[in-house]
Amino acid sequence: MKWSGQRLPRLEDPALLRGEGSFTADIAIGARCVRFVRSPYASGRIVSIKPPPDMPAGTLLVTGRDVAQLGAIRPTLARFNYAAIGQPVLPLERVHFVGQAIAAVVAATPELAEDLADLVMVDIDPEAAVVDLDAAIAPGAPVLHAESPGNVLVEGKLRQPACDEAFAGATHIEELGLRSRRQNATPMEARGGCASFDRATGRVRLTASCQMPHMLRTGIATVLDMPEADLQVIAPDVGGGFGQKMALFPEYPLLVWLARRHRGSFAWIEDRNENLIASAHSRDQRHVIRGAFDADGTLRALDVDILSNVGAFSCYPITCGVEPLMALAEYPGPYKVPAYAARARGITTNTCPMAPYRGVSRPIITFGIERLMERAAQALGVDPIALRRRNLVSSFPYRTATGMTLDAASYIEAMDLAAAAADLPGFRERQAVARRAGRYLGIGFSVFNERTGYGTPAFAARSMGIVPGYEVVDIAMTPAGEVEARIGASPHGQGLRTTLAQLIADRLGMAPAQVRIVHGDTDRTPYGWGSFASRGMVIAGGACQIAADKLAERLRQAAAVVLQASAETIVLRDGQAFAGDASVPIAELARLAHQRSDIFGTPDGEGRFNLAETASYDPGGTFSNACHVAEVEVDAETGHVRIERYVVVEDAGRLINPMIADGQVHGGVAQGIASALFEEIIYAEDGNILTGSLADYLPPTAAEIPVIEIIHLETISDASITGAKGLGEGGSIGAPAAIANAISDALAPFGVDITELPATPARIRALLRGREPRA
Amino acid sequence: MNTRHITLNVNGTDHAIEVEPRRTLADTLRDQCGLTGTHLGCEHGVCGACTIIVDDAPVRACLMFGVQAEGRLIRTVEGLADGQTLSPLQQSFWDNHGLQCGFCTPGFLMLATWLLERETMIDEAELRHVLSSNLCRCTGYQNILKAVREAAKGLGKWTESAPA
Amino acid sequence: MKPAAFDYYAPLTTEAALALLAEHGEEGKILAGGQSLVPTMAFRLARPATLIDINRIASLDFCRADDEVLRIGALTRHARFETPFLPGPLGALLADVAHNIAHTPIRSRGTFCGSLAHADPASEWCCTALTLGATMVVANHVSERRVAVADWFQSLFTTALQPDELLTEARLPLRDESWRYGFYEFNRRAGDFALAMSVVALRLEGGVVREAQIGLGGVGTTPILAKDAAAALIGQAPGEAAWGIAAELAATCFEPTEDINASPEYRRDLVRAVTKRALRKAVA
Repeated sequence: MKWSGQRLPRLEDPALLRGEGSFTADIAIGARCVRFVRSPYASGRIVSIKPPPDMPAGTLLVTGRDVAQLGAIRPTLARFNYAAIGQPVLPLERVHFVGQAIAAVVAATPELAEDLADLVMVDIDPEAAVVDLDAAIAPGAPVLHAESPGNVLVEGKLRQPACDEAFAGATHIEELGLRSRRQNATPMEARGGCASFDRATGRVRLTASCQMPHMLRTGIATVLDMPEADLQVIAPDVGGGFGQKMALFPEYPLLVWLARRHRGSFAWIEDRNENLIASAHSRDQRHVIRGAFDADGTLRALDVDILSNVGAFSCYPITCGVEPLMALAEYPGPYKVPAYAARARGITTNTCPMAPYRGVSRPIITFGIERLMERAAQALGVDPIALRRRNLVSSFPYRTATGMTLDAASYIEAMDLAAAAADLPGFRERQAVARRAGRYLGIGFSVFNERTGYGTPAFAARSMGIVPGYEVVDIAMTPAGEVEARIGASPHGQGLRTTLAQLIADRLGMAPAQVRIVHGDTDRTPYGWGSFASRGMVIAGGACQIAADKLAERLRQAAAVVLQASAETIVLRDGQAFAGDASVPIAELARLAHQRSDIFGTPDGEGRFNLAETASYDPGGTFSNACHVAEVEVDAETGHVRIERYVVVEDAGRLINPMIADGQVHGGVAQGIASALFEEIIYAEDGNILTGSLADYLPPTAAEIPVIEIIHLETISDASITGAKGLGEGGSIGAPAAIANAISDALAPFGVDITELPATPARIRALLRGREPRA
Repeated sequence: MNTRHITLNVNGTDHAIEVEPRRTLADTLRDQCGLTGTHLGCEHGVCGACTIIVDDAPVRACLMFGVQAEGRLIRTVEGLADGQTLSPLQQSFWDNHGLQCGFCTPGFLMLATWLLERETMIDEAELRHVLSSNLCRCTGYQNILKAVREAAKGLGKWTESAPA
Repeated sequence: MKPAAFDYYAPLTTEAALALLAEHGEEGKILAGGQSLVPTMAFRLARPATLIDINRIASLDFCRADDEVLRIGALTRHARFETPFLPGPLGALLADVAHNIAHTPIRSRGTFCGSLAHADPASEWCCTALTLGATMVVANHVSERRVAVADWFQSLFTTALQPDELLTEARLPLRDESWRYGFYEFNRRAGDFALAMSVVALRLEGGVVREAQIGLGGVGTTPILAKDAAAALIGQAPGEAAWGIAAELAATCFEPTEDINASPEYRRDLVRAVTKRALRKAVA
């Protein structure tokens, strides 16, 4: 039986279902409790931070003075137009955003720690703050960092010479200004860590709710200037990340510092308010995009100007370039753009720092380019599907304007399939009937590709000081015949323990239940990068496949000796190694290899018969693609949007576990719907945050998310050795554009369209107020 | 510190513990009773990760104090399975991929356990209405709804039309 | 997000609770369902020194129709109303309202009287009580008094309840068969506090509206009655024309609060919509 392609229930689930999962807060019970004192001001000079007069016994206060010798968190990009600013673990002189950790207190219980934090005497001289990206680059704006007098931390620019010519000769120029408001990834488990000092070894074990344990270890060791070998980082069960848990946050080095300094266990469990104001934000961008079109709708050139509000500091290790530079590199998406010009700037403001969030800039650039297509079609009187078909890349590989290679995909097929599934003619009839009754239905399409499995070359192209990319797997067989695969990647809900076991099981002729995927522990796994950027299945999966093939070859060699056959004739199947009719259980081979090396001689001079292998994989990247269709009804009186139908045609190549793949699409689409309609972090002008609770920041519930219909295509590309493409982010990339297009379609009789997300009921009403629908 | 000695009955077992009155029931279950299956996602009553059953009603364990639960019958996620054998609802979550990261799962399981134990039939509108009490960030709710729907069908509690 | 420390009492009788309130005065706070108070304490926006938990006072756990009133005791949970507690239009209204209060687990703890005492301007029960002309029964350790709902809501989260008083009971008048009720609220997400809501009561006779009340919630510092809007309905035949006029008057009868969810113009838009829809539901 072949395991890949099966909807195998997940191996991870039983413990989680019994409430026996092990999350950071579960492990932290018993540790001393750390609470951070956070800045009430968006900008200011620290005059003093003092303990209350009667600090209870057994408590601690740590301020910037105590940790002044520690290094700053300073991610780098080797670009002349990047200001490598540093973020102190605790600031000594200035605060830069509301919620910035400015001191830490330690007490026996979380309640007492919070009591104490409330009593710390903080004296800060507030200074002028700037929270809006346009205000931050206006002349005379307050300067956040001396290294960056104009508040532009990073800038990318390119302008192909043919661009100006194309615009000069265009039949139609479509120009569009877009705004995407700030969001928080909002994993259900907030951040947290527990650092424990081992007096016997002098090492610290940090258990943290993170996506990149190896990187966290490197980052902390760098900041603390401590031996990296003295730090073990564990990512236990992690309650979602979506990018937010990639970064090295100041809280983590402080916990390790406390554990070393005080030779004990210290835990910080972030609360929801802290998470909303002080973890990481995303998607705060403004774009101006211009497209030069021929009369038939052919796109001749694209010119984009991208502003991304990256907050007060640059996230480590990915840097604050992640949003603007991704937008610059990937704006053309699945479309042929013969001439391209782009400028992208990362603007620093007195707000919570930006970090990657599922899709990073792509939900916004897809919103941009898909609105552009719709508007151009309308202006030119061309069917928008036909206009897209004319411009979509259809022969592969295709080299994009920014030098990326689009591998085999199904852009046009996915769109046509989606249009058929959505019954476009039938919808138009229903829409017309509804409009006559004063009801506003709309349909919206979103065609996009999703770069997944970014290897080293993709990140190196960004000139990052730390270049993620490869993944390594150490695979070995126990004497009892189970397979252990130790991976550097670090899943947190994506089901990699199951899908990788399926892949490996097929290569070894075993069952997934006999495969253990070991992850999330820097002591037990090879150096690797983690789970982000839709890379787990492609890169860790590719490495597992290579490693399993190498291990299979060793098993065949062992079987050849035992069965007295030639290795090439050995077939691994159903837990046995077969040579014709003769067979030996793989478990028996494992036992013999470990305990009876005398049988084998020592074929490779290693003094044993080794059933262990290491493999790595580092692809250039592969593009999955999809077309989303949203059908909505807009309540013109209240501005409320109800999603009536949602269809996804997804092509992520070979699906190892279609059930898990569907789950990724579901979750992504729900977050995309949240971006489109619900979630917005709002700052007051003084830099205070007005959405510090889940009653104000609105992740949607089961009542708002519609049934999500999924149709799969499976284009197999040679850019991924497993044939699998990533799809973790696609749902969130496609949904905002599809919904914005659907609302715009619904509101066409009013002559308005959606250029700002989230399209809240208040914003929609503001567009409609004073307007009457055309008959 | 101002503490009380109380006894909590959780999943049929008495826990004699000492707590501060201000300690929420959720924290009490986790820290004093060692039952860490009840998770805290917001501590202000919105996310529902800490949903448990107290005297046959679903409640937010972050919005009760531990001292308030003395003498009540408390049920948490740890009480659903019989040893390693999952309850029909838990099994349905497993079969239908009703969880990804698993953090919100205990709250959804307790909410849905209550829903399935009610005498009334469940239809799609009621299912969505009740399950809208809790937040999940991974699944888009699709397979949580499916898992509860399938479990309801298995228990003869599902109806396609709205209940009268 | 852990509450500040407090002293905790769980009296078994109303008298004991009132004695504790008298003793602790401003520092004492009644804990009933706790579904609003405890989150506020988690954010440390409330730091009561003493909590007096009334959940063990069995005599406050009642809800019954007596003569012309529905008597709702201090421990009556929202969930009690979800399956109609009374036959007829009023029971249906209360069920509809209850079903829209927050979420199931909140409704199994939160209480009707607690909502009235907390006086959140977006509370469904507050708007309902105002529209229907409820009477509050409040007691301190020496006496009991009744407060008409018109005198109850004073400002944001502030009522006529004194620091030493407990709202022991709320009474809703049971009206005759000629009354119809409607409720509609608008929120962005299921179970959230409404950005605007309307509760309406209409007495129909001879094909026209004879009496009317229109309550609005979530639009100012307290729930309000849209009196001009209600008056405009008198003598009118129920229908879109009348609803439109009333909705327009409702939309302009108040000073809207501005918050992150709604500008003043948008709140007026919403009031226009929810009033019209509540009226439609009343005669549906």
